[in-house]
Amino acid sequence: MLGYTDKIKEISERLLKEGKVDMVIGFKKGTMPMMNEPCVIKKAEDAGKLVWDSNCGINLANYLTDRKEKIGIIAKGCDSRNIATHIVENKIRRDQLVIIGVPCKGMIDRHKIASMSETEILSVTDAGDEIIVKAEDSEKTLKKAEVLQKNCAVCTHRNPVIYDELVADLVEEQKDADRYADVREIEAMSAEEKWKYFDDLLAPCIRCYACRNACPLCYCPTCFVDESRPQWVGKSTDPMDTRTFHFLRAYHCAGRCTDCGSCERACPAGINIRVLTKKLEKDCFESYGWEAGLTTEDRPPLDTYKLNDPEDFIK
Amino acid sequence: MSEDWEPKIVSFFCNWCTYGAADLAGVSRFEHPANTRVIRLPCSGRVSPKFILAALREGADGVWVSGCHPGDCHYIEGNYYARRKFALFKNLLEYMGVEPERVHFSWISSAEATKYVDVAKEVIESVRKLGPNTRFVKHKAKVA
Ligand code: SF4
Ligand code: SF4
Repeated sequence: MLGYTDKIKEISERLLKEGKVDMVIGFKKGTMPMMNEPCVIKKAEDAGKLVWDSNCGINLANYLTDRKEKIGIIAKGCDSRNIATHIVENKIRRDQLVIIGVPCKGMIDRHKIASMSETEILSVTDAGDEIIVKAEDSEKTLKKAEVLQKNCAVCTHRNPVIYDELVADLVEEQKDADRYADVREIEAMSAEEKWKYFDDLLAPCIRCYACRNACPLCYCPTCFVDESRPQWVGKSTDPMDTRTFHFLRAYHCAGRCTDCGSCERACPAGINIRVLTKKLEKDCFESYGWEAGLTTEDRPPLDTYKLNDPEDFIK
Repeated sequence: MSEDWEPKIVSFFCNWCTYGAADLAGVSRFEHPANTRVIRLPCSGRVSPKFILAALREGADGVWVSGCHPGDCHYIEGNYYARRKFALFKNLLEYMGVEPERVHFSWISSAEATKYVDVAKEVIESVRKLGPNTRFVKHKAKVA
């Protein structure tokens, strides 16, 4: 990953020096292990702060919303797809951006790694295909493939879909990934079992909205969770309120979610809320042949229609 | 389920078609069970998932959304957009464990009073079979 970091620094420094951009949005080392922080670099001499490794799971497209400046942005596959979505939704203009593409080899699952250690983790570093985890009283080497974030393990768009510069050669895409095994498992359950499954899944939710805030798609000036007259969603952690929140959060991402995994990564309770967004992703693909963020030319599925769209559920 | 339980159905009808059909059914003295509470909207495209969830939360046993046939929308294409929204919505609702027969969709034009009556009966009967709704209902603390 050092090669990536050097190249990111080099390109960012050049863009800032030449005045091509007013800022570069990237990652700097976080104050905690496995938590690289998004950062905005405005001076060429600060480009040295930028880093890249397997802890850059946050989606940087989130920081583009309604910005007016010229911006350089570091983009792995999923970020680039959310940038494309932002462009389609008029949240940023293509000509404001210099997209620094990062062919991605997957990010690591911070919840999983934390749960593997009994003591506090002091550092987590990349070493090729391995990850070295130092904890208070131990040091472990893990295979990166075994601790990938769940969405990265089944990702089929690791390479950026739009970019102006590239920090490395494109990587091979995963071909045999079964993207929807988990969704199919739930679909096969009875209504009773499904209800129970989501009761258990959502029980630890504390309604902190970290999942919403981490998501580049959530940019409405007034979020439905904050509406009070009428109050469509109760504000408490009553199980029904929580469920309604999760239903609507996922639904708002229909046809837009790129399965970047930022929501799940941000969740302090480690809830796998992607099973909701993935269901919608699967339906959009199966019913409308749509994958989010692959182009800036086509209208997203809920912003268009076909005369012969499926309607066998309508009497 | 008590013997005299009757399902409560909240219906969201488009002003230009199904609402008219319900009116025509009434004027024509067609009989049908009185389990529906109708909310009139300008278009099926106006129906937000929030409305349906709110109806369930407040204790509706079933929800019925009905608009104009494809091609007949008063606003040309509102129902086409609605169709996609409803498809994803219904799938997600079932995915989370709501019984498929709780929520119904139909296209009924203002001339189709007989279809209106038939669908109304079908909706009410299928919800009756399920019994009272327990999912997405928010139980409020009892006030003495
Ligand atoms: S819903 Fe989650 S996975 Fe989808 S785009 Fe938003 S943060 Fe990424
Ligand atoms: S981040 Fe997790 S705990 Fe917070 S609202 Fe989202 S799902 Fe709930």
